[in-house]
Amino acid sequence: MNKLTQRIDKERLLLGIAAPLLAIVAALVVTALVILATGKNPGSAFSDMVTYGSASDSQVYILNKATTYYLAGVSVAIGFRMNLFNIGVDGQYRIAAFFAAVLGGALTTPGWISIPLIILCAMATGALWAAIAGVLKVTRGVSEVISTIMLNSIATAIIAYLLQPGKLAELQSGGTVISTKPLPSSSYFFQINTGAAGELWGFIVIAVVVGVAYWFVLGRTRFGFDLRTVGQSESAAMASGVSVKKMIATSMVISGAVAGLIGMPTLLNDSHQFSNDFPTGIGFTGIAIALLGRNNPVGIALGALLWGFLERTTNHLEFEGYDKEILGVIQGVIVLCVVIAYELVGRYGLRRQQQRVGAELAAQAATTQKQEVA
Amino acid sequence: MRRVAKLSAACIATAALALTATACGSTSSQNDSSSSASSGGGKGIKIGLAYDVGGRGDRSFNDSAARGADKAVKEFNGSIKELTAKPSDTEADREQRLTDLASAGYNPIVAVGFSYAASVDKVAKQFPKVNFGLIDSVATSPNVDSITFTEEQGSYLAGVAAALKTKKDHVGFIGGVDVPLIKKFEAGYVQGVHDTNAKVKVDVQYLTHGSDTSGFSSPDKGKAAAQGMLDNGADVIYSAAGSSGNGSIEAVHGAKGAWAIGVDSDQYNIPGLAAYKSSILTSMVKNVDVGVYDFIKSVHDGKPLTGNQVYSLAKNGVGLATSGGFIDDIKAQLDAAKKKIVDGTVKVKTAP
Repeated sequence: MNKLTQRIDKERLLLGIAAPLLAIVAALVVTALVILATGKNPGSAFSDMVTYGSASDSQVYILNKATTYYLAGVSVAIGFRMNLFNIGVDGQYRIAAFFAAVLGGALTTPGWISIPLIILCAMATGALWAAIAGVLKVTRGVSEVISTIMLNSIATAIIAYLLQPGKLAELQSGGTVISTKPLPSSSYFFQINTGAAGELWGFIVIAVVVGVAYWFVLGRTRFGFDLRTVGQSESAAMASGVSVKKMIATSMVISGAVAGLIGMPTLLNDSHQFSNDFPTGIGFTGIAIALLGRNNPVGIALGALLWGFLERTTNHLEFEGYDKEILGVIQGVIVLCVVIAYELVGRYGLRRQQQRVGAELAAQAATTQKQEVA
Repeated sequence: MRRVAKLSAACIATAALALTATACGSTSSQNDSSSSASSGGGKGIKIGLAYDVGGRGDRSFNDSAARGADKAVKEFNGSIKELTAKPSDTEADREQRLTDLASAGYNPIVAVGFSYAASVDKVAKQFPKVNFGLIDSVATSPNVDSITFTEEQGSYLAGVAAALKTKKDHVGFIGGVDVPLIKKFEAGYVQGVHDTNAKVKVDVQYLTHGSDTSGFSSPDKGKAAAQGMLDNGADVIYSAAGSSGNGSIEAVHGAKGAWAIGVDSDQYNIPGLAAYKSSILTSMVKNVDVGVYDFIKSVHDGKPLTGNQVYSLAKNGVGLATSGGFIDDIKAQLDAAKKKIVDGTVKVKTAP
């Protein structure tokens, strides 16, 4: 018996490594073909990506970007575990960052009060915005896909309305950039100075804490068990006494609260204000990263780092004369490959398991028959 | 307990690894400068261009900057390296673009578009010997030339032309994104229309809002907005929307008797729009090319321009294109309006 569990574990481990490996090899092959088709040399492109991506300032860039992407990935993954497709992460983080920036600009309290207040304000705004979709779903049965995507547009419109001089924003010198009142320097989040490589954002610590909390709550608490149960089968969860409606609303709120954190590394570590060039579309990147990381806290981190690496290095590929659209191609191919590879490996593993169980049962049947005959 | 110990050990190990990797590696600019030193590089002036969303080929704003650089390269015998912004850019991406150019030895570097304002300031401080040009915004570093235009004055003239040419007393304005810069276009245009004929109705529409900059690069959105205005009864439509304006011109061409007013470049003469040029009344030309060329020339001559160069109507930094001859019949009125702006009798608003 002991021997058997050992063998299964080893095989599971092997299969677990096989899937991402297969995906990355397939993605590399497809990307190489695409670059070849544009008449360029894929080999030198890959080697440029590795040398440029491993430079120290690139590492800092990648870690900073990955901090934002990790939070986005976790936010989407919370919904995924529950079988909820929260497309609204994008709107949730933007409206959260906006109101947090407005609050931060108005606060004159010392940093140890302001920073937690700004972060809490962002989480509360994100949670409230997501709660609209959650409430609509449980009370009216509105699909969260539809409601959250609509709420994204509404968030854009609300921000555009309020981000005007004389409302909640001011015009900066030069007359072209419009932004909320900048945060006082006491409200800046700490950074780690790495010398010539630039500043590593301190918010990476919060991202790690969120990752650990995600792992603990989903994997080690009763709430997490209930949430995963509802995600796998609503009827089974209901039969075992879980209030499905309450779980849907709660997980939507939690997903929104984490989404509220997405804009915080940029706001507290980098821009210190919400201006009309605040980055957009990170919520959608989060969907790709959650898929890439298979909703696993470590997997999402790897996905976020990979995404940051790709953005950094493909930016430089343009400099080397490759087409800038190559980034989109690589990202799309990787996500497709990962999803397909996991499905293939999963099916293969299932078949192996069935075969083995079948063989063991047959062997058992054979021995019992022999005994009967004897 | 054991699990906690294991977990924290793993965390510390990862953090230590990351830190050592960061501390030990050389930066990309060090890698770059060593490689570019070995490759030698060509003779003449090396111009770096960082475009806004849309890039070369938008037939409008970015193309105008590209023309200025092309002219300079032809004259001074040099080379151009071009990089283009994405709508999903963050500050870090813009800084990377400028740093890549500066560390590879490009000088001067022109940042095309107001979104580069903060990043130009930051990178210019890191490379004090490199000359930077910034279009449409103002930076404070001493080695930056801020090139701005009085778009509201040119747009005022576009408004005068629209009010004189409309038959239905109904005109339209399409802005790419509702940012302060594009509002200058709107303010001047609306004032120009109403100063000429107070009865004319002006429809105003922005394609995207706030931080969504896709309105500058979505011809489909421009086309839909223009179609809506035409259906609503407008017959002269002015679009200040980057490459989205191409879609609006296409829609106007489909409506009989309607006119489009182009922007930034003289769009009548843009080959990609040749099929629609019979509908392009005029273009509010913003001579970004002149600004870019002047700046590159000053660097080439060893006397780099700095501070804020304002290209106004008086200096022909903005104006109306006459290609096609469609506004020749109203030349007298346009000249009168221009004179009033230049001598200060008419003050054009910069915000609607």
